[in-house]
Amino acid sequence: MLRHTEQAMGTVFSFAVRGGPAGALAPAVAELHRLDGLFSTYRPQSQLSRLGRGELTVDQCDPLVAEALAHCAAVRARSGGFFTERPGGRLDLSGWVKGWAVERASDLLTAAGCPDHTVTGGGDVQARGTGPDGQPWRVGVADPARPQALAAVLAGSGAFAVATSGTAERGAHIVDPVAGRPAGGALSVTVVGPRLALTDAYATAAFAMGPHRALDWVTALAGHEALVVLPDGRRLGTPGLARHLAQG
Amino acid sequence: MRRTVVTGVATVSLVVLLLGLKPHGSGGSGSQALISSDQGAAVPATAPSTPSGSATPSAPASSGQPATGTRTVTGNAVDTRFGPVQVRITVTGGKLTKVDVLQYPAESGRDREINAYALPQLNQEAIAAGSANIDAVSGATYTSDGYTRSLQSALDQAGQGGSG
Repeated sequence: MLRHTEQAMGTVFSFAVRGGPAGALAPAVAELHRLDGLFSTYRPQSQLSRLGRGELTVDQCDPLVAEALAHCAAVRARSGGFFTERPGGRLDLSGWVKGWAVERASDLLTAAGCPDHTVTGGGDVQARGTGPDGQPWRVGVADPARPQALAAVLAGSGAFAVATSGTAERGAHIVDPVAGRPAGGALSVTVVGPRLALTDAYATAAFAMGPHRALDWVTALAGHEALVVLPDGRRLGTPGLARHLAQG
Repeated sequence: MRRTVVTGVATVSLVVLLLGLKPHGSGGSGSQALISSDQGAAVPATAPSTPSGSATPSAPASSGQPATGTRTVTGNAVDTRFGPVQVRITVTGGKLTKVDVLQYPAESGRDREINAYALPQLNQEAIAAGSANIDAVSGATYTSDGYTRSLQSALDQAGQGGSG
């Protein structure tokens, strides 16, 4: 298994690639930095920062900016406003871009002849193909209350994405955009789906909703399931989640 | 009208009892007590229904003859700080034998709802990451600083000289 880590977007991306030609990682790694350069809210000269200040129009930006804005608007509508491209009122697409970057890097790895791999960015995972010995990939969900322990182990092959939102690492960084205050109610919400960009955005929205509404909402989303960890340690799942629970 | 007051007190006591039974963080099965319960606690069964409640005796029960027969009494909806609660009690042979909750506060409903999402496959014990044989870790968003303390970091380091 080839493993590689790469710093970008204020976090760390990890690659685990089974087989494949040497050099296959290069385009995937370059894509992370390209998106970071376009969408960073920490770089005053990024296209997104300039767009936010009104120095550029969407048409003057890279076409990826318009594409990302369209995706964000779609998830905002689908989530009843619990996902937003303007958290705190400022244009910030990070809720979409990180998962999207991982998904696009995974697409590039597949195109480069590496169909079996995982790409992880800041705790969100896109797995493709199969894992060691042709078995499903096994993705641990970090226990938000107990460092170095897992709340669950999920398994999947083919296109398998796992994204977790919560307060564990960054504190209460997700604001409920409907109520305008830090989201609460669950320690973490994990969403499982085929592709990470949507899966990650759904996890962000679901966490902001609180556990009850999140479970109802994700249950109704085709192709996605959710795992919720409550402050009292209870773990709840949408009806289809059991399919993804690994044995042992 | 004094009997009405007695029934009202009994209903409120039941409400308090039931709210006291409300399970907090204790898994799923306990919530059944909110919906229906069989209880051996004896209460005076002589009280007829309140004026706005309805009594449905399933056996002819004349006042002052509580020792035999079964009757159900629907109490008034009572406002609690959690929301309205309304119960129906069944009395058999002078003993309270069953409580049905007809209305309960939204919070209780949510408890019941959320228990529908319980995962019996997962017990409450933590899974030790070291024994789980995992390929990647999904966790609440971590920064590059947090990465060094993360399970993903441990996996990446373990894989440096790994096979495959």
